[in-house]
Amino acid sequence: MDLQILWFCLIAVFWGGYFLLEGFDFGVGMLLPFVPRNEEDRGVMFRTIGPVWDGNEVWLVVAGAATFAAFPTWYATMFSGFYLALLLILFFLIVRVLSFEWREKSEGGAWRTAWMWANAGGSAGIALVWGIALANLLQGVPVNANQDFTGNLADLFSAYTVFAGLTFTLVFAFHGASFLTLRTTGALCERAQKASRLLALPAAAAGAGFLAWTIVVAVDNNGKDVFPPILPAAIAIAALVSAAAFAYLGRSGLAFTMTAIGTVSVVATLFTSLYPRVMVSSTDFANSLTVDNASSSHYTLAVMSVVALICLPVILLYQGWTYHVFRARVGGEELAPEPAPQGDASRPTAAP
Amino acid sequence: MSILASTTVDLARAQFATTSIYHFLFVPLTLGLGPLVAIMQTLWLRTKDEKWLRLTRFFGTLFLINFAIGVATGLVQEFEFGMNWSVYAKFVGNVFGAPLAIEGLAAFFLEATFLGIWIFGWNRLSPRLHLATLWVAVVGTWLSGYFILVANSWMQHPVGYKIVNGEAQLTSVWALLSNGFALRAYLHTMLAGLIFGSILVLGVCCWHFLRGREVDLFRKAAKLALIVAVPVTLLQLVVGNRFGEAVTSAQSMKIAASEAQWNTCQPCGFSLFQIGGFSKSDQTPSFSITIPRLLSYMATGSFGGEVQGLNQLQEQERRAYGAGNYIPNVRVIYWSMRVMAFIGVLMFLVAVVGAWLYWKKKLERARWFLWTAIVAIAFPYVAATAGWILTEMGRQPWIVQGLLKTSEANSPSVSTAWLTVSLVFFISLYLLLGIIDFVLMRRYARPDRPPPREEAPAPVVTY
Repeated sequence: MDLQILWFCLIAVFWGGYFLLEGFDFGVGMLLPFVPRNEEDRGVMFRTIGPVWDGNEVWLVVAGAATFAAFPTWYATMFSGFYLALLLILFFLIVRVLSFEWREKSEGGAWRTAWMWANAGGSAGIALVWGIALANLLQGVPVNANQDFTGNLADLFSAYTVFAGLTFTLVFAFHGASFLTLRTTGALCERAQKASRLLALPAAAAGAGFLAWTIVVAVDNNGKDVFPPILPAAIAIAALVSAAAFAYLGRSGLAFTMTAIGTVSVVATLFTSLYPRVMVSSTDFANSLTVDNASSSHYTLAVMSVVALICLPVILLYQGWTYHVFRARVGGEELAPEPAPQGDASRPTAAP
Repeated sequence: MSILASTTVDLARAQFATTSIYHFLFVPLTLGLGPLVAIMQTLWLRTKDEKWLRLTRFFGTLFLINFAIGVATGLVQEFEFGMNWSVYAKFVGNVFGAPLAIEGLAAFFLEATFLGIWIFGWNRLSPRLHLATLWVAVVGTWLSGYFILVANSWMQHPVGYKIVNGEAQLTSVWALLSNGFALRAYLHTMLAGLIFGSILVLGVCCWHFLRGREVDLFRKAAKLALIVAVPVTLLQLVVGNRFGEAVTSAQSMKIAASEAQWNTCQPCGFSLFQIGGFSKSDQTPSFSITIPRLLSYMATGSFGGEVQGLNQLQEQERRAYGAGNYIPNVRVIYWSMRVMAFIGVLMFLVAVVGAWLYWKKKLERARWFLWTAIVAIAFPYVAATAGWILTEMGRQPWIVQGLLKTSEANSPSVSTAWLTVSLVFFISLYLLLGIIDFVLMRRYARPDRPPPREEAPAPVVTY
């Protein structure tokens, strides 16, 4: 098998894993200002994703590093071209990461509110900007014959790319709400259900619109036929619509399964629409970066394939185990991740 | 045009220096404090002594505050290669990208996933399994460091590659992973991590002794810190020296610059301190203290060894690579080397004196030492920063030694304006986060009771 194709697929898998897993973390984050009634609820919401968000984020780290190693030119052109967009993402990523660990380190009301907003804003911002950035790969940006980006920030914004960003944000909010309905109890769970019902229709509608638009862009800008991209797009639309239906019916498990399938299929649609290009040039279609002209040598790809094929199953196994360990719903009574109180020296008291 | 180009490169360099030095303030503490906390928890399980559990919780909190900012700032590095250094990224992606990708797959997933389980798994896993998750996370951080240093060492001493169509291509992953330079750099860096961890634990314990709080509790931690610190600081002096030999063979210019050695010498004395002698027009110091033959030994392993001078190396490189200046900033390199080495010795002395006082059962009452140990918490930070300045600035004008110059490696599509915006952005954000981190670390390390709920300040607003 052609290793370039394998790595194109693997990078799609990494992005898919990132949005599938971190997607609901983003959703939970975005709902922080709206769903909880009090500080205790917010604590519970943080707890639902506390053990897993960091592991989930590594899928992005790996997607980035794999692009660097397998398609250096793609990485170089995309990251230098999308400069300010990525700077914005870094800002959101940094404040969001810190919000998890630092929020609970002080009791102050303003402190906690600030970090709550850091998480909510960071989550929404990351989803929005990644949506815009990835849609630009397909829609095309100014790239010269030397495979360098020649545009500016304004080139990244078009109706399609902004709609992509909004769709990502909405779908993740819905995905996160479905996740919350599975991980919380009582009144908070009911409020999460309400949020999920509220988000269901807009998310499904935006998703369907975005997927249809993506097919059009793939045909117009990337010389693709309607098939095969229509295949994952159809699955994504069906999944999102049934997710909405299940949300209305209160079938939380099924709704979450469907938002998960929907999220992965959206990524699959984007990558199927891209192939064999990885970054379309709007200056001259011939300047587009492809899996062949942007890739590493066969040897590098072969080495990394071995590593990836050994590591990936193991990673899936232990990340799966994490979700098994923390499968129980989170309620108010077990708010703090503390051991038995007599052993708590994290805040030492005066010597007796 | 050339002025503009050099500004762009300078801005990109300033940004990389800022973000990576900052990142590396937090990384070594993660590398060193992780195993110490894991040892504490292991001792709790072994001895069933509640004190070890309390210490695990106490230092575990400091570990996590620090870990969070390390993770957050680490992401920046990965993006930065592509954002600011796209020519570099294209040139090296084949070789340099591979260890980064492997790091993500084989190491970072481990540390991120298992640390999450450890933080939240106290009541969900059996004590043994829970402890195991921390050890796995620690192994992840140490593996992670290995792959990163493999990548960095390739920039210092490229191996296992060939140049095809103006790009470096990997020819032997084994040569890349077993690069002698990388193995030495790895040992040097991991020891630095353990020094960070043990010196911090020691300093925090001494702070508590000074206030007479929980003396019995922190005596245990101080003992553990000293058991680690004494051999590790000693070993670091040896390893640092051996690392110098590796640098001599791979980067003669860096060693010559770090000694301000303008002309080839044999045998060569080690300059402890000097005034002047740092530039082409001023090659002879007006004052210096020199230990005879020591530089020969440090650079070559023999007291009679020859060390090449900057003038001779410049001539060699000019012949090999064409016209240009191949001498890095001698003044900065010379002093960063000395700051690192002197502080290295100082930390060894702190550890030895601390151990002696502990053995004499006088540690808790030796106030002068308690203050010294608290101040010493800052030492590893200064030494590690100096070490990286030496490593990276000593490689200039090369971004990859002998293969690609820094001045030719930045992103052509990124303007001075964007670079200025991002540099200002990182400096202000990092300054703010640094202050918050310091306040949090201090609050969770301090001996007295934290302020009651009503008076708890809200630092994010205060600062």
